[in-house]
Amino acid sequence: MEKRTVAAILVFTIVAVFFLFSIFLLHPFGKPGQVQMDDYIITHTQNETGANNGVTSVVFDYRGFDTLGEATILFSAVAGVMLIFRRVRH
Amino acid sequence: MTKIVKTTANMLFPFTMIFGLYIIAHGHLTPGGGFQGGAIVASGCALLLVAYGSSWVFDRIKDKRLVAFESIGAIGFITIAFLGLVFSAVFFGNFLAGSGTLFGTIPATGSTLSDFNTGGVLPLMNFVVGVKVIAGLFVIVLIMAYASSIKEWSR
Repeated sequence: MEKRTVAAILVFTIVAVFFLFSIFLLHPFGKPGQVQMDDYIITHTQNETGANNGVTSVVFDYRGFDTLGEATILFSAVAGVMLIFRRVRH
Repeated sequence: MTKIVKTTANMLFPFTMIFGLYIIAHGHLTPGGGFQGGAIVASGCALLLVAYGSSWVFDRIKDKRLVAFESIGAIGFITIAFLGLVFSAVFFGNFLAGSGTLFGTIPATGSTLSDFNTGGVLPLMNFVVGVKVIAGLFVIVLIMAYASSIKEWSR
Protein backbone atom coordinates (compact mmCIF):
# COMPACT_ATOMS: atom_id res chain seq x y z
CA MET A 1 0.00 0.00 0.00
CA GLU A 2 1.01 3.54 -0.47
CA LYS A 3 2.09 5.72 2.38
CA ARG A 4 -0.89 8.00 1.96
CA THR A 5 -3.38 5.16 2.28
CA VAL A 6 -1.69 3.88 5.44
CA ALA A 7 -1.69 7.35 6.94
CA ALA A 8 -5.36 7.85 6.04
CA ILE A 9 -6.38 4.54 7.61
CA LEU A 10 -4.38 5.34 10.73
CA VAL A 11 -5.92 8.80 11.14
CA PHE A 12 -9.40 7.44 10.48
CA THR A 13 -8.94 4.73 13.12
CA ILE A 14 -7.68 7.20 15.72
CA VAL A 15 -10.57 9.60 15.11
CA ALA A 16 -13.12 6.76 15.15
CA VAL A 17 -11.77 5.40 18.46
CA PHE A 18 -11.80 8.91 19.91
CA PHE A 19 -15.45 9.44 18.95
CA LEU A 20 -16.43 5.97 20.20
CA PHE A 21 -14.86 6.67 23.60
CA SER A 22 -16.60 10.03 23.80
CA ILE A 23 -19.92 8.35 22.99
CA PHE A 24 -19.48 5.94 25.91
CA LEU A 25 -18.42 8.78 28.23
CA LEU A 26 -21.60 10.78 27.59
CA HIS A 27 -24.17 11.30 30.29
CA PRO A 28 -27.10 8.91 30.05
CA PHE A 29 -30.08 10.51 28.35
CA GLY A 30 -32.19 12.63 30.70
CA LYS A 31 -29.70 12.48 33.59
CA PRO A 32 -27.53 15.62 33.61
CA GLY A 33 -24.70 15.83 36.09
CA GLN A 34 -25.29 19.16 37.79
CA VAL A 35 -28.99 19.97 38.21
CA GLN A 36 -28.96 22.81 40.77
CA MET A 37 -29.15 25.63 38.25
CA ASP A 38 -31.73 23.82 36.10
CA ASP A 39 -33.97 23.27 39.11
CA TYR A 40 -33.58 26.89 40.21
CA ILE A 41 -34.53 28.25 36.79
CA ILE A 42 -37.44 25.83 36.36
CA THR A 43 -38.95 26.66 39.75
CA HIS A 44 -38.24 30.41 39.86
CA THR A 45 -38.56 31.64 36.29
CA GLN A 46 -42.29 32.40 36.48
CA ASN A 47 -41.94 34.25 39.78
CA GLU A 48 -38.86 36.24 38.89
CA THR A 49 -39.33 37.14 35.24
CA GLY A 50 -43.08 36.65 34.88
CA ALA A 51 -42.67 34.80 31.58
CA ASN A 52 -44.21 31.42 30.88
CA ASN A 53 -41.52 30.59 28.34
CA GLY A 54 -38.45 29.55 30.31
CA VAL A 55 -36.13 29.52 27.33
CA THR A 56 -36.83 33.15 26.45
CA SER A 57 -36.42 34.17 30.09
CA VAL A 58 -32.99 32.51 30.11
CA VAL A 59 -31.96 34.02 26.79
CA PHE A 60 -33.08 37.59 27.48
CA ASP A 61 -32.95 37.82 31.28
CA TYR A 62 -30.65 35.36 33.06
CA ARG A 63 -28.14 35.22 30.22
CA GLY A 64 -28.80 38.56 28.57
CA PHE A 65 -25.11 39.27 28.12
CA ASP A 66 -24.81 36.29 25.73
CA THR A 67 -27.65 37.69 23.66
CA LEU A 68 -25.82 41.01 23.50
CA GLY A 69 -22.86 39.16 21.98
CA GLU A 70 -25.15 37.40 19.53
CA ALA A 71 -26.63 40.73 18.46
CA THR A 72 -23.11 42.10 18.05
CA ILE A 73 -22.25 39.17 15.75
CA LEU A 74 -25.26 39.93 13.54
CA PHE A 75 -24.39 43.63 13.53
CA SER A 76 -20.80 42.97 12.48
CA ALA A 77 -22.00 40.53 9.78
CA VAL A 78 -24.24 43.23 8.29
CA ALA A 79 -21.42 45.77 8.56
CA GLY A 80 -19.06 43.41 6.74
CA VAL A 81 -21.54 42.70 3.94
CA MET A 82 -22.24 46.39 3.46
CA LEU A 83 -18.50 47.07 3.43
CA ILE A 84 -17.68 44.40 0.84
CA PHE A 85 -20.59 45.17 -1.49
CA ARG A 86 -20.54 48.95 -1.09
CA ARG A 87 -19.90 49.52 -4.81
CA VAL A 88 -23.19 47.86 -5.70
CA ARG A 89 -25.20 51.05 -6.14
CA HIS A 90 -26.99 52.45 -9.10
CA MET B 1 -39.79 33.73 -12.49
CA THR B 2 -42.96 32.31 -13.96
CA LYS B 3 -46.48 33.33 -13.07
CA ILE B 4 -46.97 30.17 -10.99
CA VAL B 5 -44.09 31.05 -8.69
CA LYS B 6 -45.26 34.67 -8.40
CA THR B 7 -48.83 33.64 -7.55
CA THR B 8 -47.62 31.15 -4.96
CA ALA B 9 -45.34 33.75 -3.41
CA ASN B 10 -48.22 36.26 -3.35
CA MET B 11 -50.39 33.78 -1.50
CA LEU B 12 -47.72 32.63 0.95
CA PHE B 13 -46.18 36.01 1.78
CA PRO B 14 -48.93 37.40 4.11
CA PHE B 15 -49.19 34.15 6.06
CA THR B 16 -45.41 34.05 6.51
CA MET B 17 -45.47 37.64 7.76
CA ILE B 18 -48.32 36.92 10.20
CA PHE B 19 -46.63 33.77 11.50
CA GLY B 20 -43.26 35.47 12.01
CA LEU B 21 -44.77 38.51 13.75
CA TYR B 22 -46.83 36.17 15.94
CA ILE B 23 -43.66 34.32 16.96
CA ILE B 24 -42.00 37.64 17.82
CA ALA B 25 -44.98 39.05 19.72
CA HIS B 26 -45.60 35.89 21.74
CA GLY B 27 -41.92 35.24 22.43
CA HIS B 28 -42.43 35.21 26.20
CA LEU B 29 -45.36 32.76 26.03
CA THR B 30 -44.78 30.23 23.26
CA PRO B 31 -41.63 28.66 21.80
CA GLY B 32 -39.63 31.07 19.72
CA GLY B 33 -38.63 34.65 20.19
CA GLY B 34 -37.08 37.60 18.45
CA PHE B 35 -34.36 35.71 16.59
CA GLN B 36 -36.59 32.90 15.36
CA GLY B 37 -39.50 35.11 14.32
CA GLY B 38 -37.14 37.53 12.63
CA ALA B 39 -35.61 34.67 10.65
CA ILE B 40 -39.12 33.59 9.55
CA VAL B 41 -40.02 37.11 8.37
CA ALA B 42 -36.67 37.49 6.61
CA SER B 43 -37.18 34.19 4.80
CA GLY B 44 -40.61 35.44 3.70
CA CYS B 45 -38.88 38.47 2.22
CA ALA B 46 -36.36 36.14 0.58
CA LEU B 47 -39.38 34.39 -1.01
CA LEU B 48 -40.29 37.70 -2.67
CA LEU B 49 -36.66 38.02 -3.73
CA VAL B 50 -36.77 34.61 -5.42
CA ALA B 51 -40.13 35.20 -7.12
CA TYR B 52 -39.71 38.78 -8.34
CA GLY B 53 -35.97 39.10 -8.79
CA SER B 54 -33.51 41.13 -6.79
CA SER B 55 -33.56 44.28 -8.93
CA TRP B 56 -37.37 44.53 -8.53
CA VAL B 57 -37.03 44.43 -4.75
CA PHE B 58 -33.92 46.63 -4.79
CA ASP B 59 -35.84 49.38 -6.59
CA ARG B 60 -38.56 49.41 -3.93
CA ILE B 61 -36.62 48.97 -0.68
CA LYS B 62 -33.57 51.06 0.08
CA ASP B 63 -30.84 49.08 1.78
CA LYS B 64 -29.77 52.12 3.80
CA ARG B 65 -33.17 52.18 5.51
CA LEU B 66 -32.84 48.51 6.40
CA VAL B 67 -29.40 49.18 7.87
CA ALA B 68 -30.92 52.08 9.84
CA PHE B 69 -33.59 49.71 11.23
CA GLU B 70 -30.85 47.26 12.19
CA SER B 71 -29.01 49.97 14.08
CA ILE B 72 -32.25 51.12 15.74
CA GLY B 73 -32.82 47.56 16.98
CA ALA B 74 -29.29 47.31 18.39
CA ILE B 75 -29.55 50.71 20.10
CA GLY B 76 -32.95 49.81 21.57
CA PHE B 77 -31.61 46.52 22.92
CA ILE B 78 -28.66 48.21 24.66
CA THR B 79 -30.96 51.00 25.89
CA ILE B 80 -33.28 48.50 27.58
CA ALA B 81 -30.25 46.79 29.11
CA PHE B 82 -28.99 50.09 30.54
CA LEU B 83 -32.49 50.94 31.80
CA GLY B 84 -32.22 47.74 33.81
CA LEU B 85 -28.93 49.06 35.17
CA VAL B 86 -30.62 52.33 36.13
CA PHE B 87 -33.86 51.04 37.66
CA SER B 88 -32.85 47.71 39.21
CA ALA B 89 -29.08 48.19 39.67
CA VAL B 90 -28.27 45.15 37.48
CA PHE B 91 -27.24 45.22 33.82
CA PHE B 92 -30.06 43.47 31.89
CA GLY B 93 -32.18 43.63 35.05
CA ASN B 94 -35.86 42.91 34.56
CA PHE B 95 -37.22 46.11 36.11
CA LEU B 96 -40.74 45.78 34.71
CA ALA B 97 -41.52 42.30 36.07
CA GLY B 98 -43.90 42.46 39.00
CA SER B 99 -44.29 46.22 38.83
CA GLY B 100 -47.97 45.97 37.94
CA THR B 101 -47.66 48.39 35.01
CA LEU B 102 -46.70 47.54 31.43
CA PHE B 103 -46.12 43.76 31.06
CA GLY B 104 -45.91 43.65 34.85
CA THR B 105 -48.25 40.82 35.86
CA ILE B 106 -46.75 37.77 37.55
CA PRO B 107 -48.44 34.50 36.48
CA ALA B 108 -49.16 31.66 38.88
CA THR B 109 -46.42 29.06 39.13
CA GLY B 110 -46.98 25.92 37.10
CA SER B 111 -48.84 25.45 33.85
CA THR B 112 -51.19 28.38 33.47
CA LEU B 113 -53.19 30.07 30.78
CA SER B 114 -51.04 32.49 28.80
CA ASP B 115 -51.49 36.11 29.83
CA PHE B 116 -49.99 38.49 27.31
CA ASN B 117 -49.39 41.19 29.92
CA THR B 118 -46.53 39.33 31.59
CA GLY B 119 -42.80 39.05 31.17
CA GLY B 120 -41.41 42.43 32.18
CA VAL B 121 -38.86 43.63 29.63
CA LEU B 122 -38.87 40.35 27.70
CA PRO B 123 -41.57 41.38 25.14
CA LEU B 124 -39.79 44.69 24.53
CA MET B 125 -36.47 42.92 24.02
CA ASN B 126 -38.14 40.41 21.71
CA PHE B 127 -39.55 43.31 19.70
CA VAL B 128 -36.27 45.19 19.27
CA VAL B 129 -34.31 42.00 18.54
CA GLY B 130 -37.02 41.02 16.03
CA VAL B 131 -36.69 44.35 14.20
CA LYS B 132 -32.92 43.95 14.25
CA VAL B 133 -32.95 40.39 12.90
CA ILE B 134 -35.55 41.14 10.20
CA ALA B 135 -33.58 44.10 8.88
CA GLY B 136 -30.19 42.44 9.27
CA LEU B 137 -30.94 39.12 7.58
CA PHE B 138 -33.01 40.76 4.82
CA VAL B 139 -30.33 43.31 3.96
CA ILE B 140 -27.68 40.55 3.82
CA VAL B 141 -29.80 38.43 1.47
CA LEU B 142 -30.86 41.43 -0.63
CA ILE B 143 -27.38 42.88 -1.12
CA MET B 144 -25.79 39.52 -1.93
CA ALA B 145 -28.57 38.58 -4.38
CA TYR B 146 -28.35 41.94 -6.12
CA ALA B 147 -24.55 41.80 -6.30
CA SER B 148 -24.63 38.35 -7.87
CA SER B 149 -27.27 39.35 -10.42
CA ILE B 150 -25.53 42.33 -12.02
CA LYS B 151 -23.30 41.56 -14.96
CA GLU B 152 -20.53 44.06 -14.55
CA TRP B 153 -19.47 46.03 -11.54
CA SER B 154 -19.41 49.78 -11.96
CA ARG B 155 -16.04 51.34 -11.34
